[in-house]
Amino acid sequence: MTTFLSQNVERLQAPEIDYGAVAPLLIVLGAACLSVLFEAFLPKGQRWAAQVVLTLLTLAAAGAGLALYASAESTLEQGKLTLAGTVAVDRPVIFLWGTLLLLGLGAVLLIADRSVEPGGAFVADASILPGAAVGVREQLRRREMQTEVFPLTLFALGGMMTFVAANDLLTMFIALEVMSLPLYLMAGLARRRRLLSQEAAVKYFLLGAFASAFFLYGVALLYGFAGSVKLADIASATTATDRSDTLLYAGFGLLIVGLLFKASVGPFHAWTPDVYQGSPTPVTAFMAACTKVAAFGGILRVLYGAFERSSWEWNGVLWGVAIASMVIGAVLGLTQTDVKRMIAYSSVAHAGFLLIGAISLNDQGLSGTMFYLMAYGFTTIAAFGIVSLVRNGDGEATHLSQWAGLAKRSPVVAGVFTFLLLALAGLPLTSGFVGKFVVFAAAVEAEMVPLVVIALVASAVAAFFYLRVIVLMYFSEPAADGPTVSVPGAFTTVAITLGAAITLVLGVFPSFALDWAGAGTFIF
Amino acid sequence: MTPTYYLLLSALLFSLGAVGVLVRRNAIVVFMCVELMLNAVNLSLVTFARINGGLDGQVMAFFVMVVAAAEVVVGLTIIMAIFKTRRSASVDDSNLLKY
Repeated sequence: MTTFLSQNVERLQAPEIDYGAVAPLLIVLGAACLSVLFEAFLPKGQRWAAQVVLTLLTLAAAGAGLALYASAESTLEQGKLTLAGTVAVDRPVIFLWGTLLLLGLGAVLLIADRSVEPGGAFVADASILPGAAVGVREQLRRREMQTEVFPLTLFALGGMMTFVAANDLLTMFIALEVMSLPLYLMAGLARRRRLLSQEAAVKYFLLGAFASAFFLYGVALLYGFAGSVKLADIASATTATDRSDTLLYAGFGLLIVGLLFKASVGPFHAWTPDVYQGSPTPVTAFMAACTKVAAFGGILRVLYGAFERSSWEWNGVLWGVAIASMVIGAVLGLTQTDVKRMIAYSSVAHAGFLLIGAISLNDQGLSGTMFYLMAYGFTTIAAFGIVSLVRNGDGEATHLSQWAGLAKRSPVVAGVFTFLLLALAGLPLTSGFVGKFVVFAAAVEAEMVPLVVIALVASAVAAFFYLRVIVLMYFSEPAADGPTVSVPGAFTTVAITLGAAITLVLGVFPSFALDWAGAGTFIF
Repeated sequence: MTPTYYLLLSALLFSLGAVGVLVRRNAIVVFMCVELMLNAVNLSLVTFARINGGLDGQVMAFFVMVVAAAEVVVGLTIIMAIFKTRRSASVDDSNLLKY
């Protein structure tokens, strides 16, 4: 106690804030608060329109702020630490923020769409009892939706943006919770199949809270190890000789488990298929694309910032995790009969490929992983957009057998979905090919050839289940009572077009995005 | 009394919480076990603050408490919603999504 009391009581200095650098963050989080006020004070009939306008304006304003800051001469090369060193705005962060905002735009467009399902994919009143026949009928008649999904989306997006920029572990933990808590709720808001949706929310919540407890215990042990939670301090402590190795290894292990869970990598993927299947499809798109970007952004920053110099200690473990992730994703993906679950397992396999890039720990690994994240995100958003279009009387027809012969009913939708599946499989002229190529090239550079060989085999296995869907769509006869393809409204059309177009552009002219991704490295 | 004992106690509490999450069946109890894990972390943070002679760890414990409170709000809402539907909070009953 005496040590605390005898410390010099200095006047607290307010930290300097570079408002230009953190403007996108402040805009998104501020608009999220405003959006909550809209929920409280606007009459029910006006909320949807007001929320959509506010959310789209927010994303545009945050994007403009980011572009303004990124194009300024002074920030072209080096980044900037602000808010007392807790937030770093450097080139990778600017790239990831841009990616998150664009992917967020796509997801918000899918969330806002009310043309495919009358009233939107979200329940009119989340407290309504599923199963009660009266409730269900009333639910389907009501044309409004639970517009709280918009503030929740903005809060989650703000948390993700903070997460990739967090320069100390405490900020990272808070950001992790800010991005996760809204997602737990959003998973439970589906209009159809309420029971599945609620089950997805419970599973995601309990497992997510469990994983963040692991993350937090890792933070505490690393704090004990280094005496600070700043990434730079942890990095310098790993080179000192008088520190406890036990605390370092235990802390790193627990920390990385929490991060890998969020990124749905390998053996920590158990929640992924259930939550992807049960959540409303627009939310699944948001989760699959944006959470993946945020979680891998965080993994990259932690590995490069704090543990680069101790890499030979943990490299072997993460090799194993990457292999497990690719094998689990590719093999279990083969056995799936539900489109959403299949894409979920494909995301587990992709997480393995991404992890290979992340553990390469060289500049190509960094830029390659970020390019891959961008490419994967847009492909996934568009793929889930398509999934939301194929419907029968009970809502979305996600069982694979119902997709048989889809190309005869709707050649355009089947064609776009085929293109997206080929991108996920990584065929040339799609962004997936370029993404895999740069990541594997970085891994070869880092002398991880065996890992690349396993990754190639896993991609070949995974390609089989994508091709199976394509064959099913083109070479089977459609069932008489099969699903119909809804004509999408403007919002969904824009979202799918955005995703598919970027998938194509990144596949044909990848160099400009690769240049952006490789424009600079992290600062700490 | 060295601070190490507090670290051991904290590790023990954390493990108890983790085991509880894995073996208990009631969603509320599972959630309580997660809270136990978070509070075990708080004990660690405060002990490390004591060992390092700084205040960071104690401040972090406050952040953790705030996050835990927010998590309770979200968690109990979700568990309530599924309890109202199924009249049971057992995690074994939530088995529609599998394979």
